[in-house]
Amino acid sequence: MKRFNYFPGCSANATGKGLGLSVEAVAKSLDLELIELEDWTCCGSTPYNSLNEEESILVGARNLALAEKNGLDIVTPCSSCYTVLNRDNNYLKENPSFRQKVNTALAEVGLNFKGTIRVRLLPEVIYHDITPEVIAQKVKYSLNGLKVASFYGCQMLRPAGFENPENPRSLDEIVEKIGGQPVNFPMKNRCCGSSMVIAESKLAYRQIHKVLKNASDNGAECIITPCPLCHVNLDAYQGAVNSAYGTSFNIPVLYVTQLIGLALGINTSYLGLNTNIVSPAKIVDKILAQGVKSGT
Amino acid sequence: MSSTVSFIDEVAATPGGRNIRACIQCGVCSGTCPAGDDMEYSPRRIIAMIRAGMKEEVLSSSAMWKCMSCYLCYDRCPRGVRPTEIAHALESLATKYGYKPRGTKNDKMYRSFVNSIKNNGRVHEVGMMMKYYLTTCPFSALKMLPVAVQLFLHKRMPVKPERVKGREDLAKITRKFQQIRG
Repeated sequence: MKRFNYFPGCSANATGKGLGLSVEAVAKSLDLELIELEDWTCCGSTPYNSLNEEESILVGARNLALAEKNGLDIVTPCSSCYTVLNRDNNYLKENPSFRQKVNTALAEVGLNFKGTIRVRLLPEVIYHDITPEVIAQKVKYSLNGLKVASFYGCQMLRPAGFENPENPRSLDEIVEKIGGQPVNFPMKNRCCGSSMVIAESKLAYRQIHKVLKNASDNGAECIITPCPLCHVNLDAYQGAVNSAYGTSFNIPVLYVTQLIGLALGINTSYLGLNTNIVSPAKIVDKILAQGVKSGT
Repeated sequence: MSSTVSFIDEVAATPGGRNIRACIQCGVCSGTCPAGDDMEYSPRRIIAMIRAGMKEEVLSSSAMWKCMSCYLCYDRCPRGVRPTEIAHALESLATKYGYKPRGTKNDKMYRSFVNSIKNNGRVHEVGMMMKYYLTTCPFSALKMLPVAVQLFLHKRMPVKPERVKGREDLAKITRKFQQIRG
């Protein structure tokens, strides 16, 4: 059993409900003990950093200092929380004079940032600490050649990622090991349009359209992503993008953990698949129709 | 000290702007930026303008507010300049001096987002978006209604915010921090 401080992020219980649920379900099967960080607050994400850089690092420092109490590394399933908390952690470690100011402020609530833990992204933990090989041993339903486009997005890879950001492979390897067929997907490491979908929707729609078209052109039966913001854009806005571009994409978008969960034979109701807007029913049926793989 | 020197000094003193002097104006950032064509000034040009001391033009621009934080430029910059972080630093400076960008409402979206954190400790996505749409462009709220309805029907739009005790901590530490920074 590997233990971590769990930082779900604000989306995991709202627009990213399917992420929160599937992470909990899959973690159990993979012997990960995720201890939710008590009284965590929002990481601040891009908006806080953009309005007040220094104060946003302070907000991150509170979460990091809370996690340092038990000394366990933080793991978050959200690419944005990962990028932000990692940046805060590194900046505070590297800048003692700034850290001192932050600690004076944190003392008001009895906390202190020491710089003793790491911030990690859940898919990275799954890939390195669990490994695709071990997941493969636990597979109950092979994906049976399902064509999967792995959308890494940005902040899993940049700036703090653990693999080649120009040609990431980790998710494709996991897909392969659970019986799926990774499709060629040059847009896999590009931007989904981010939170621009709210205030600069044209810009975001253009990105979403490019990603969906690229997956569709390469014959993907579904897209997977680790990130709740990418998921909202590709799944919830797929209809709006179809209207804007006169297209008729109907590609289910699953969280990495939802797809792994299906292969592990976890009951679909625990994976939050009913929260997906583009219905994944077709691929779920395809995976489950083959019956339990023998010998596992 | 001339104003040319002082603006780049000011940017270089921010967390995000600390590597700005390493820029060699190669333009990889602009060539790689998925939002570059939509920006008033490209990332490379913004850095040149900072060096030229064009504080007013830079801080009143909408360019950095269209950065999607994809970090492609950050990753590909051969000099480690971190243009993505420079964008965030410029947005923060523009906010500090009260500049309102022309031609984008993204600054207002960010404000709704951060206010939601301050009020609840965690972002309440529905509340944040409603507030943004109602105060800036109610018409686009109507256009977005189908997306919101789908999210709601799929249990992804809790109506009530998740208010946590930590919001009181945030108020205390930010107040103290502002005092220290003066």
